[in-house]
Amino acid sequence: MPNETMLSRRGLLMKLGILFNGLVATALAVPIVGYVLSSVTRGRANAYLAWVPLGRVDEFPESETRLATFRNPNVMPTDGKTADTACWVRRIEGDQFQVFAVNCAHLGCPVRWFPQSGLFMCPCHGGAYYRDGSRASGPPERGLFEYGYQVKDGLIAIQAGELPTPGASAALVRIGKMPPCA
Amino acid sequence: MRLTQKIGEWFDRRLQLAAPIREISEHPVPRNTASWWYVFGSAALVVFILQIVTGILLALIYVPSGAEAWSSLQTLNHDVTLGWFIRALHGWGSNFMVAIVLIHMVQVFLFGAYKFPRELTWIVGVFLLLMTLGMAFTGQVLRFDQDAYWGLGIGASIASHVPILGPAIVKLMLGGPIIAGATLSRFFALHVFVIPGMLIGFVCLHLLMVLKLGINEWPMPGRLVRRATYANEYHELTKKDGAPFVPYAVWKDLFFAASILLAVAACALYFGPFGPTGVPDPTIIQTAPKPDYFFLWLYALLSLLPPAMETPALLIGPVIAILVLLLLPFLSGEGEKSWRRRPIAVLTVLLIAVTLGTFTHLAGLAPWSPHMNAWSGDPVPMRLLHGTTALERRGALVFQVKQCRNCHSLGETGGQRGPALDSVAVRLTQDQLVRQVIQGGGNMPAYGKNLSPAETTALVAFLETLHPAGQAPARDASRDAALRESGNQP
Repeated sequence: MPNETMLSRRGLLMKLGILFNGLVATALAVPIVGYVLSSVTRGRANAYLAWVPLGRVDEFPESETRLATFRNPNVMPTDGKTADTACWVRRIEGDQFQVFAVNCAHLGCPVRWFPQSGLFMCPCHGGAYYRDGSRASGPPERGLFEYGYQVKDGLIAIQAGELPTPGASAALVRIGKMPPCA
Repeated sequence: MRLTQKIGEWFDRRLQLAAPIREISEHPVPRNTASWWYVFGSAALVVFILQIVTGILLALIYVPSGAEAWSSLQTLNHDVTLGWFIRALHGWGSNFMVAIVLIHMVQVFLFGAYKFPRELTWIVGVFLLLMTLGMAFTGQVLRFDQDAYWGLGIGASIASHVPILGPAIVKLMLGGPIIAGATLSRFFALHVFVIPGMLIGFVCLHLLMVLKLGINEWPMPGRLVRRATYANEYHELTKKDGAPFVPYAVWKDLFFAASILLAVAACALYFGPFGPTGVPDPTIIQTAPKPDYFFLWLYALLSLLPPAMETPALLIGPVIAILVLLLLPFLSGEGEKSWRRRPIAVLTVLLIAVTLGTFTHLAGLAPWSPHMNAWSGDPVPMRLLHGTTALERRGALVFQVKQCRNCHSLGETGGQRGPALDSVAVRLTQDQLVRQVIQGGGNMPAYGKNLSPAETTALVAFLETLHPAGQAPARDASRDAALRESGNQP
């Protein structure tokens, strides 16, 4: 005799079917979400960063700032030219360097170095920086991003691999050996 | 019975679509909605279809790979027959689509169409606007050139400001640690699968509601919307003063849509495709990226906001704007529809239009960007050097060589980041000039470390000659007095 509080056989089977689908969907969601977020999870603990050689120290004259380029340490075949990156290398003296990202600390446009006035200028919104990378004027809220560097056997290498962005810069700056006085 | 009719009946026996299609097309609409003001929605749909068709055609050649996208665009432009025209149609189609969607939104807002019972139609429309803008941005990325590359950097920089999640969002957006092949691939997936799929679904919902709820009647001043009575009133209106949508109103939609398509084609033919600009090689830093037309206002806003306000404005501003748009039908879901009796609504539209227009105009001039080549490219006007001393000429040289010209104009050439200096001697005394050059301030870098005392003296001597004829340079009166008291002539 049908009872309103009783679950019919078909009703139960349908609910079980929905539950079964829910379980399968959840089980599938784990690898899918893992795949979608893989670029985030891999980036934790600075796994993208690596030491990248820039060249011989004597390629960079003392008290001058030169543009150097390097290939990003994590490269895919489809990256093409985009895996090449530029940076500004300032050799203060001897083994003392400062290596700046070309990306403006405002919104990431490429800054250009003007040796005559000793300024980095950004073409986008007019940010300007002094030769030591500190902020001179314009919208940036901070100085240029700096790569950590090391000098070994006459070669300079920087710790690179991530696009520096103003909100997430903490991980990129102040790693590795820094000059005692900028 | 003719053969075509027989075939038609054969299909309809199986599809059974003829009756519902006839019902839809002949549904009565209020007579006065058969107006040229009511054609923008259908025009947006037609341009969207054009975008789908041209998009598929472009996908026949385009390669969504960081290494090859740029050269495949060159192939489209130069090697494939009429490839440039399809690219131009798609690019101009996107500009027209953004414009028409915005005009449609303004019309719907001013005609009170978002009020009861069409709140959800409006909300779906807001999402359609966001998706259209999303298509515009992702499309700009697929044109994988220098502007696209650095534009992505700007997007990543903005996203990085999100508290706590910023770095994760940047890596999710870029598909890795840098802007590279994975970034392009995921923007391709967004532009070609994700957003268009959602757009098609939302357009169907939007249209379904327009059909179910009826087109918004022409607003009459004083005819107020009330939840209790609106449905009956609208029903009465369409019964008494209604006409079948086809053919009574549809001919205007057809003519306008065709004109818009013709305009897109004309622009494509005359102006050609957009870009691509330089190859997306991040080691080429001699570039000044600018966004596409519809994001120029944002580019201007980012230059003009005070630094401290930038992050809150960028992160909270859009959220508030979207919330206001979504909540609008709930905040004023009843009452007056006619724009003649809604002065605040009209003023809001005007204010937003003037603001966006002004920012877009300013972005075209970009007075905040230094002119990177002015120091070596723009000569000092001859008249400013006429009759000057050797020291002053030396100063003019320092002025050029130290890139002052990149931010300061002389004779209306040079940068506009800082004030024009044609009459700076009238504004600043000698001491003030020295202080300003050495210490900077007021958004000017300090040049103290980069100028020798001799260079500073020469530069200031030159700057002191910059005053209109017959107008004396500024002098410090107290200094003169002090010198007189001590017995020296100034």
